[in-house]
Amino acid sequence: MKVTIWGSRGSIASAGPDTVRYGGNTACVEVRAADGTLLVLDAGTGLRRLGAALADTPGPIHILLTHLHMDHIQGLGFFGPLFDRGCELHIWGPPSPTLDLRTRLTRYLSPPLFPVRLRDLESRVQLHDAGVEPWQIGNLTLTAAHVIHPGPTIGYRIEEGGRAMAYLPDHEPALGGMSDDPAWISGLDLAKGTDLLLHDSQYASSEYGLHVGWGHSSVAHAVALAERAGTRRLLTFHHDPGHDDDFLDGVLAEARAGARTTEVLGGREGMVLEV
Amino acid sequence: MPQQPVELILARHMAGGLAVPVLLVDAAGDTLYFNEAAEAILGRRFDEIDALPFGQRTTLIEPRDLEGRPLPTERLPAVIALREGRPAHSVFRMNGLDGSPHVIEATAIPLGSSGGRTLGAMVFLWRAEPTA
Repeated sequence: MKVTIWGSRGSIASAGPDTVRYGGNTACVEVRAADGTLLVLDAGTGLRRLGAALADTPGPIHILLTHLHMDHIQGLGFFGPLFDRGCELHIWGPPSPTLDLRTRLTRYLSPPLFPVRLRDLESRVQLHDAGVEPWQIGNLTLTAAHVIHPGPTIGYRIEEGGRAMAYLPDHEPALGGMSDDPAWISGLDLAKGTDLLLHDSQYASSEYGLHVGWGHSSVAHAVALAERAGTRRLLTFHHDPGHDDDFLDGVLAEARAGARTTEVLGGREGMVLEV
Repeated sequence: MPQQPVELILARHMAGGLAVPVLLVDAAGDTLYFNEAAEAILGRRFDEIDALPFGQRTTLIEPRDLEGRPLPTERLPAVIALREGRPAHSVFRMNGLDGSPHVIEATAIPLGSSGGRTLGAMVFLWRAEPTA
């Protein structure tokens, strides 16, 4: 799998001279399988640039939403292929006990928040609830599971040819207690034995105490989860919009100082990784 | 043990922080957790329990109605919550795992997933005043 980071910022886009190295676009990750299958993890503002980089009328595109907070869907309305008559687009999202995915998405993709309605798009859009059982897209095997974050939120595990990555951009496992028993740790199964884990690292450890229950992790919690899971590489993700590049360098240094077995990488827009 | 659903992880964590006695069971009624306050009623520490499946727990606590007659399992609040997917409340006699007798009120609340599956139930326990 080839993984490209189009947005690694959390909460709200934060473009500016102080965020050029890590980037200011919100969550969006391209995963390209060996057979060309294209997954897009979340539809934050980074999605606009991904759309511009894709070939005219690309093959089927699968957008996997972890949840429907604005920083994870705001790019949808500006994704070029959405307006391409020939494009086949599948949007996967967390099931909700009350409203289906279409109803929830149209809260954004309709006036007054957005001028174009979902039903008026040129592309062929199909919406799906992410399953409770693993499923297949091309050569990729996907697993989704609910994780700790306000509202219905899922994380994804993606496998191909014996390699695995996991994507948990908004996740506060510490709220569940980070038990000694692995069965009681949110997200651990998704991350278990992965080659690459993209994980919420919104806060430096010193900041977490003021944000307990907000649904995000300190970088120390991200490292702890990665090491419990036996992850080879952790990519810090969902950077706080108030953190400039220098601060994020410090967060990354904290993570690396605390990691014993996992290599820690700072999630930067434009990064390309092989899994 | 397989990974627990996040709803149960959060329920356990919440129960662990409550002073009211709480028992957490899975969809089969088997014991997943009980908190420190419930230990006082159940007469054992949770950490001393290896496993406490539904059948074993029911045998050990010998639930009885207030007149002392055996209480059918289908009338236990946890069983109603799991089978019928609704909250259930009952007052009954039981023994702790240490054999000590109690009259308790129990309210069971089913825990469902956003996909509609029943994952388990939280059972809130309360010591009731013994009746004459």
